[in-house]
Amino acid sequence: MTDVITPPATSGGIDLPDEHAPVAAHGHEEHGPSGLLKWLTSTDHKVIGMSYMITSLVLFYVAGIMALIIRLQLASPNSSLVDFQQYNQLFTMHGSLMLYLFAGPFAFGGLANYIVPLQIGAPDMAFPRLNALSYWLYLTGSIAMMSSFLVAGGAPSFGWVSYAPLSNATNSPGAGGDMWIMAIALTGFSAIFTGVNLVATIFYLRAPGMTMFRMPIFTWNMLVTALLILIAFPVLTSALIMLFCDRHFGTHIYSVVGGGSPILWQNLFWFFGHPEVYILALPYFGIVTEVLPVFSRKPVFGYKGMVFATMAIAALSTGVWAHHMFTTGAVLLPFFSLLTLLIAVPTGIKFFNWIGTMWRGQLQMTTAMLFCIGFLFVFLIGGITGVMLGSPPIDFFVHDTYFVVAHFHNVLIGTAVFAGFAGIYYWYPKMFGRMLDERLGKWHFWLLFIGFWITFMPQYVLGLKGMPRRVAVYPDNLGWQIYNQISTVGAFIIAASFAIMLWNLWISWRRPVLAGDNPWDAHTLEWFTTSPPPHHNYTHLPPIRSERPTWDANHPDAPALEHGHPRQSPNGSRKGGERKVGTH
Amino acid sequence: MPAGGPSTSVAPVDTPTAGTPPDGPNLNPRRPRSHRWAIAASLAVPLVLAGCQVPSFGAYKGVTKQANDSFKLWQGFFIGSLILGGIVIALIVWAVLRYRRRSDEIPGQTQYHTLFEITYTVIPVIIVLVLFAFTVVTENEVTATPKGNVAIQVTAFQWGWQFYYPATGKAVQGVLSEDPQMVVPTGETVNITLKSADVIHGFYVPEFNFSQYAQPGYDNHFNFTPLHNGTFRGQCTQLCGLYHSLMVFSVKSVPPAQFQAWVHQVPAGHASLNQLKAQIAAKGPGA
Amino acid sequence: MLLLGVGVFFGLIGTIYWFTAYEDGGTMMLVGTCLLGLLPGSYYFYWHRRMPVRPEDRDDATMEDGAGTIDSFPGSSIWPFVIGMSAFLITMGLVFGFWLALPGVGLLLTALAGVTAESRRGGTV
Repeated sequence: MTDVITPPATSGGIDLPDEHAPVAAHGHEEHGPSGLLKWLTSTDHKVIGMSYMITSLVLFYVAGIMALIIRLQLASPNSSLVDFQQYNQLFTMHGSLMLYLFAGPFAFGGLANYIVPLQIGAPDMAFPRLNALSYWLYLTGSIAMMSSFLVAGGAPSFGWVSYAPLSNATNSPGAGGDMWIMAIALTGFSAIFTGVNLVATIFYLRAPGMTMFRMPIFTWNMLVTALLILIAFPVLTSALIMLFCDRHFGTHIYSVVGGGSPILWQNLFWFFGHPEVYILALPYFGIVTEVLPVFSRKPVFGYKGMVFATMAIAALSTGVWAHHMFTTGAVLLPFFSLLTLLIAVPTGIKFFNWIGTMWRGQLQMTTAMLFCIGFLFVFLIGGITGVMLGSPPIDFFVHDTYFVVAHFHNVLIGTAVFAGFAGIYYWYPKMFGRMLDERLGKWHFWLLFIGFWITFMPQYVLGLKGMPRRVAVYPDNLGWQIYNQISTVGAFIIAASFAIMLWNLWISWRRPVLAGDNPWDAHTLEWFTTSPPPHHNYTHLPPIRSERPTWDANHPDAPALEHGHPRQSPNGSRKGGERKVGTH
Repeated sequence: MPAGGPSTSVAPVDTPTAGTPPDGPNLNPRRPRSHRWAIAASLAVPLVLAGCQVPSFGAYKGVTKQANDSFKLWQGFFIGSLILGGIVIALIVWAVLRYRRRSDEIPGQTQYHTLFEITYTVIPVIIVLVLFAFTVVTENEVTATPKGNVAIQVTAFQWGWQFYYPATGKAVQGVLSEDPQMVVPTGETVNITLKSADVIHGFYVPEFNFSQYAQPGYDNHFNFTPLHNGTFRGQCTQLCGLYHSLMVFSVKSVPPAQFQAWVHQVPAGHASLNQLKAQIAAKGPGA
Repeated sequence: MLLLGVGVFFGLIGTIYWFTAYEDGGTMMLVGTCLLGLLPGSYYFYWHRRMPVRPEDRDDATMEDGAGTIDSFPGSSIWPFVIGMSAFLITMGLVFGFWLALPGVGLLLTALAGVTAESRRGGTV
């Protein structure tokens, strides 16, 4: 049934009489469906967001196991743990699951769905049924993708980028590839609908006083991500439809025979593919920008700079797609090289703003904060190697080697894993009303951080030595084995860290430690409501006069300095800390 | 550091003259410096192990003229990265260690500093333009294709290589791990035309610091000038199907006279590509 | 304004690309993106000037300014699930055979009817 929502009562935490109370509070939940049917029919953005997050995390673990098998295979030069076909399938599916089914959906389908309406004071997303549809498309797409293992011929083996002509019917026959195409079409539409929803919600459902430049940076990043989704995913879907036609309807779009061009596939795919990695990265940048200020006890440094940097990154990212194609000999090298190198500038601005946020703060090393700091180190190295790759002469000798593999794992793990788990540890209390264990969280972090470097630094070396990627075996007389073995050990350390995460989740349910509304003394609007939030999110809202409404409500004597300068620090209230932050 | 003290410890970022990282005096004797060094070491050790083999930083110096150009660019980029990355890492480490929570006092709520922000926008742009300029120069050298002494047609196919010398009709081919060998003259410029018979493959010789795609319907052209005699390993880098991992070849550079003798020995007939592919099908995996 | 900016930016980049790269695919994609920005952006720009400032865009707005009905938010609805399943069946039908797509199309038509009725009636059908 439909809820007609009136906005919640006014400020100061005072409950005003009934005429201002939201209509939704009148017990309609008692009449609604329950159990499985409730889940199938829910349009509540929190339920949908949670479904996305759980599904994507399950797929993350599945893809992680695939990675472990890959690393086991590579630990010895001529291993026959898996055969060539299985190996090709493994890395194809590992990449596809991680990129199409985990990193993106977790961020924009899961976290954004849950958090963005809360952060802007909205009762739900603008199109709740469309939101639900997005989730069902995502779930069915994931099922289709995983089911490709079960069909004759097995899962696709042409790499997550499925270059033509390798992916055509002659070279990769079988239903597996078609399932893969359909799965991505389904999840692609899921993403497009979520993008539409996010843009509409952010433009139209902000609470009074929540102007665009008072929105939290996470929400800003999601807005920009949503626009990128709308730019990139339709191109992917179209390219996939054309690929399907080539495979089944006798067209020759990507094959030379009929006058087509395999390079066209690359152009189309990477026009999607490069913005895609920024679609993956920007939400996670947003998470970092949420967590760092809270645990530095200061506002975000350079808010407007952050907003414009995010826009600049997104804008530039749509113009650099062919840096994945430098070795085709068919692209205009200087154009793409310059734009690629330029992306380092707004990213650098963000980095300095993050450091500026921490500077002269009171840093609390909670698990979420540790993951963010880990992100800073990891992404820095990944970003630097990205700049190197942006230079064609360098790209010529590291392209398609383990250098690239190390680079993209560097940036993707930095964002989706480090920053993503920072988000999980940060928002878990809000979503579930209970805390995750800090000690276990720190074990998770340190094992992951150490394991990460052990896994991927040797891969940079391997790439420079000339080991190509996507190989199941390698020569035993080139000295590559030792690096591969170190890398495999690192992979298992990472696996151990994720086992600890599961344990942490488990005990938070068995032995809950209750969280209040705002255990971290955080700044943004979602911390004003209960943990977990009620059905339409807010029963009352504080006045919104800055980008930190909850902080302003709790610390009226420590407002942000209007003309910030590190020298004039008239130190804020002496009696800060009315709310003790829960560092265990 | 006294309150509102000198801003020298807040190093204006990115100037290469920043010198030593802003470590500052150890103001909290209860927090030993060794703690700081332990963390720095645990970060540095994997980085060092990862291949900072000064001064090549892990890459091959290269055996062709073009490879040497790319190598120098690599060194430049790497040194720049060390400096910039080092500054940023130092800033992060400093912030993390120096500003750990000491009390519940709320710190100064600085929101922005326009001068800093402009500085760390403009300086990176300049750095990027410098990197780009060097890139373009090297790129033009590496991709130049003036006419050379020897022309070779390289055809990649699933899963082997054919090297054809049109001048004399000599052809060398091999499948899977048979490692067909391309012979070239040292000191002379070789023109390569790179083709594919089926899917996209990658022609990659690590010691040439170079790779390029072999694509159906689109020929690529590049040059190289070997500077030393020797045998150099090559492999396919672009996923091309089942036996992608086994598509090896090599390039052997010999004195010109020896090359001329070799290239004129043309045996009668050679297997066509289709025959080669049939060989692969017959051999099965693990050839 | 944001969208207009997007449109102008891509118009510029697309033009530069067209003249430097002579490459059709990329140029078309950049032109498409330009339109993506210009079309809604112009629409918003036109109407923005003719409308009063909304409470969420005013610095000093209070909660009372936003009082009243915000919007209609459909509660539980089975139709998204049904549409999702129908999409799944249709796509699998393309892969495995049209017989699979037929129930998918049937479900889709039912769902479209159901969603429309639900919106009009304001409740689950």
